[in-house]
Parts: sequence; structure tokens; C-alpha cells
Amino acid sequence: MKKLSKMFMALTFVGALLAGCGSNSAAPAPAGQSTEQPSTPAPDANQNNSGSTQTNSGEPVTAVGSTALQPLVEQTAKDFMAKNQGVQIQVQGGGSGTGLSQVASGAATIGNSDIFAEEKQGIPAGELVDHKVAVVGMAAAVSPKVKVDNLTKQQLIDIFTGKITNWKEVGGDDMKITLVNRPKSSGTRATFHKFALDGKEEAEGITEDSSGTVRKIISETPGAIGYLALSYFNDSVKALKLDGVEATPENIATNKYPVWAYEHMYTKGEATGNAKAFLEFILSDEVQKKTVTELGFLPITDMKVERDAEGKVTQK
Amino acid sequence: MLTRSKRQFTENITGKTVAMVCAGLLVIVVLSITYFIASKGLSTFFVNGVSISEFLTQLKWDPEGEPARYGVFPFILGSFLVTALAALIAAPLGIGAAIFMTEIFPGFGKKVLKPVIELLVGIPSVVYGYVGLTLLVPFIREQFDVLGFSLLAGGLVLALMILPTITSVATDAIEAVPQDLRNASLALGATRWQTIWNVVLHSSLPGCLTAVVLGMARAFGEALAVQMVIGNTTKLPGSLLDPISTLTSGITLNMGNTIQGTPYNNALWSMALLLLVMSFVFIMILRLLGRKRVVK
Repeated sequence: MKKLSKMFMALTFVGALLAGCGSNSAAPAPAGQSTEQPSTPAPDANQNNSGSTQTNSGEPVTAVGSTALQPLVEQTAKDFMAKNQGVQIQVQGGGSGTGLSQVASGAATIGNSDIFAEEKQGIPAGELVDHKVAVVGMAAAVSPKVKVDNLTKQQLIDIFTGKITNWKEVGGDDMKITLVNRPKSSGTRATFHKFALDGKEEAEGITEDSSGTVRKIISETPGAIGYLALSYFNDSVKALKLDGVEATPENIATNKYPVWAYEHMYTKGEATGNAKAFLEFILSDEVQKKTVTELGFLPITDMKVERDAEGKVTQK
Repeated sequence: MLTRSKRQFTENITGKTVAMVCAGLLVIVVLSITYFIASKGLSTFFVNGVSISEFLTQLKWDPEGEPARYGVFPFILGSFLVTALAALIAAPLGIGAAIFMTEIFPGFGKKVLKPVIELLVGIPSVVYGYVGLTLLVPFIREQFDVLGFSLLAGGLVLALMILPTITSVATDAIEAVPQDLRNASLALGATRWQTIWNVVLHSSLPGCLTAVVLGMARAFGEALAVQMVIGNTTKLPGSLLDPISTLTSGITLNMGNTIQGTPYNNALWSMALLLLVMSFVFIMILRLLGRKRVVK
């Protein structure tokens, strides 16, 4: 009995300890409260000349989410921090879903996403403010060994739904077609599914969770076909034309080539302080004309059309 | 005298408290993890209204479709198949190696093989996966003219991964067989092989089984190494050379892109709960085997 009661005492003690920890750490200061944190250098003192808006270096900004957008945000954050000393911008991956849910819960300042918040179940899209920072095109990718350069949309749909299983049916060599998919929850897959396959359900293929792996598999497997964002294409894989239209920036800007997506950076409510300055920096000509293009994205400013969450396209 | 016993007394008390706090912490962590996963995982059935039998037996997995389908049977089957395949390959090899190290060539075994195998235990699973992806998958692709990503690749990578675990645990079990038994067997005129087969292996059987089950538990829960080489297709495999999915790969592929609290996310938690239940089952088997383990 004595032992048992001691045990209980120990348990309650530990429990109380844990509860204490819990309540302390449960509130990781979201953007609004972080002014209380000690900021390293004095604000205002480090205002650099070059085009940066009013920043106060006290608020660290966290941008979490889409791995497709991550390289662009990382590069831009580096440039931004070089210009505005003392400002902290942390960029993390985790996927579009993570980005959206983190920004909605206030755990991250900016949520990066390949898809509209309205398209994701369970996100209070009304509370989030959309900042479209770039456009990315996507294309069907095959190994250079496949002797096909162009597919009609119907052929593409037939391939991905499993109706066509050999390249010779679409004018190529006698080679088995192997599908390489991204997971059902992936933003790239959602875009390709909607705009290239007209929402037809893909047949089961092998599934890989990163664009890098998909590219590796397509380049190594004869007859493999998958889809990649244009920023992922290199010499090891070949992009197919769709209905004779190549996925060039010009064709995407006019929606002649329809498989593209916005890269979104969501904030909860209007952006303020450093987050606002950072978003303005990404949308500045300096970044749009240089970093965005260099990394394989299209400047948002070049787009001649606009598309809403339902996929309706209007001329700008 | 008095001060010394007083000091001993306080030392005793502090020691006891520290130990008890540690034990208590462990109990709380285990209970809260179980509670958390169970509450998340069960909400698929009680909040989202998916029937448990559909979840466990249906073949179609499409949580974002219209209507959403939550059949995880292909994942479950995949997990069991790779685990079984890995155990089938690794168990004879591991136990064979253990016999070699203890009965046939003990000097070399103890000095060289054992440390090497202990090193193997420490290799991170992602390394096994990467090696599998780079060497094994292209090899299978060229040998059999298939995709390469397959049940076979997954089973082989896992077999390699659990082989050291099985070998080292089986070695300990075989070493624990009293020397008297061997001597008695040899004195009765049994050959060395007869002794190994009938006496040593027989009396260390529960220990060897423990080794295999431990390896299977590790294989069942492995995510990264498997995910890299099995192709992750949610379809029933027709042969050893077809790609498959496992519960773990299903979770890791989708968790980053689903939103907390949605049915999709909850379904992933249910898969996690299933993994947890399975690991409890493995542990129960181990405890049952442990009871029989005493050699008489």
C-alpha cells in the first residue's frame, strides 16, 4: 500500500510538471505577440537604402509549406535579409497542406501553397489573405528515350487513366508505359489532374513523394511518364507538348498552355510589418524579373490572364 | 555512525524519488501517446462515420474523391507481405550466422563477426533505402525486365536491415544454452551436426523465435527504407515483382499535404493506430515467448 501511494505521488508530481510545461509551450508566440521578444539590433538603425519599405527588425517571419515554392522563397529571403540586417525570415518545407494549416492556426506568419486555400478541405479560407507571387507551369515528363514529343489531351488522359498502355499506340516505339504519380494529396498532382487530365481519375501507378525522385525514376526507367513542374526539368527528362503547344512562358502567360498553377503565399489577415515588407519585396520587379525566372518560375506580372479558385480564366 | 546512516537514508530517498519520477514519466508518455493516437485514429470511425469493416477490407483508397473511399487493405497487405518476405529471407540466414559464430567458429565469430554485425545494427535505415534505390532497384529492373520498384526489393532491403538484429539476438540465445547439454549429447555419440540440430537449436528455439519476431517488429514499422524501393502503388500485387504500398509509406507520403482534422488526415491517424496495435501484438508475442525461454 505504501509503495502504491508513493507511486501515485510521483505520478501526480510528474503530471503537474508536464502540465506546467504544456501550458508554457502551448502558445508559441504568433506574429502579433512576438514584439515582446528581445530583438537583437535596434530597429530603424539599420534601414538600408535600397528600396526596402519600413521594416522593424523585431518580428521574425516564418514561411512554411510548399516544397515546390521553397527554393524561390529561400533565395528571396536570403536577399531580403542581406538588405535588411536584423530581420529574421525562416523558410521551411512540409507541403502545401502543412503551410495552409500552420498559417491558419497562427503558428506560421506565411503559408506557402501550390493550390488555392479554397481547394483544400478544412481550411478557413475566408480568414486568409492570398498573395500570388509566381506562376509555375507543369508538363508531362518522359525519358529522352521515348520517341514521342507531342500528345493530344485525349491521348494524355488515356495514358494516365490506363487505357493506353504502350507507346506504340501513340506513335512511339513498342515500349510499355509506366505511370509515375505524386501522392493524392500533392499540389502538383492536383494541378495536373485538373488542367491536363480534365479531372479524370488516374490509374494506379508508382507513387513518389518528391519531384526529385519522380525525375530520377523517369530518367532511369524506359517508358516511364510522369509530371513535373517546369522548374524541375533538366537534360535527363523530356517535356511533352500538349495538343502541339509547348509549355513555354509565352504560352502559359496567355493560357494557350493550360497546365499551370499559382504559387500562393497566404497570411492570416492582412500582412503587417516584416511579412508585408517581405511580400512586397517578392513582388518587386527586382525579384520577379531575376530570381523568379532564374529558378524556373514565371513572373506573376507577366501573366496576361487571371484564374480563380474554380479554374475560371479571365483576360487581365 | 548516526550521520552516516542519516546520509544513507537521504541518499536512499533521493535515489528512489529519481527512479520513480523516471518510471512515472515513462508510463505517462506511453499512456498519452496511446491515448492521443487512439483518439485521433478512432475519430475516422466515430466522427467521420467510416465503417471499420470498410476501412480494413476495402481495396479502394481515395480520401479526396467523390465519394471518398477509405479502404486501406492494400496497405495492410503490403505491410504484412514485405515483413513476411523479409523474415523468410533473414531468419535462416541470421540463425545460420549465429550458429556459425557460436558453435562452428567461435574464436573468429566472437572477435570479428560479432563486432561487425553490431556495426550493421547501427546503420540508419535511410542508408539501406538509398542503397536499395541505387543498386537493387536497377538490378531487379534489368534482370526481370520490370519496373524494379517491387515487393521483392522491399523485402530484400528489409531482410538486410533486420539480419543483424536477428543474428545478434539469436547468438545470445544460443550462447545461453548450457555447455553440459552439448557435452552430454556428444557423449551419447551424437555428431556435431546432430548436437547442433537436436540439442542446441531445440533448446534455444524460443530465443531464436524472439530474434525473428524482434526483426519482424522492426520491419513492420520501417517507413523510409521501404518507401524508397516499393513504388507505393495502392493496388494488390500480382507477383513478387509488382510495386506495393505499406501502412508506413502511406502515412509518410501524405501527411505533409493533409490538413489536421480533415477525414483524410484522420484516416492517416487510423493507419498509425493500426501500426501501434500491431506493434503491441508483436510485443505480446515476445512476452509469451520469453516465458518459455528458460532452459531446463
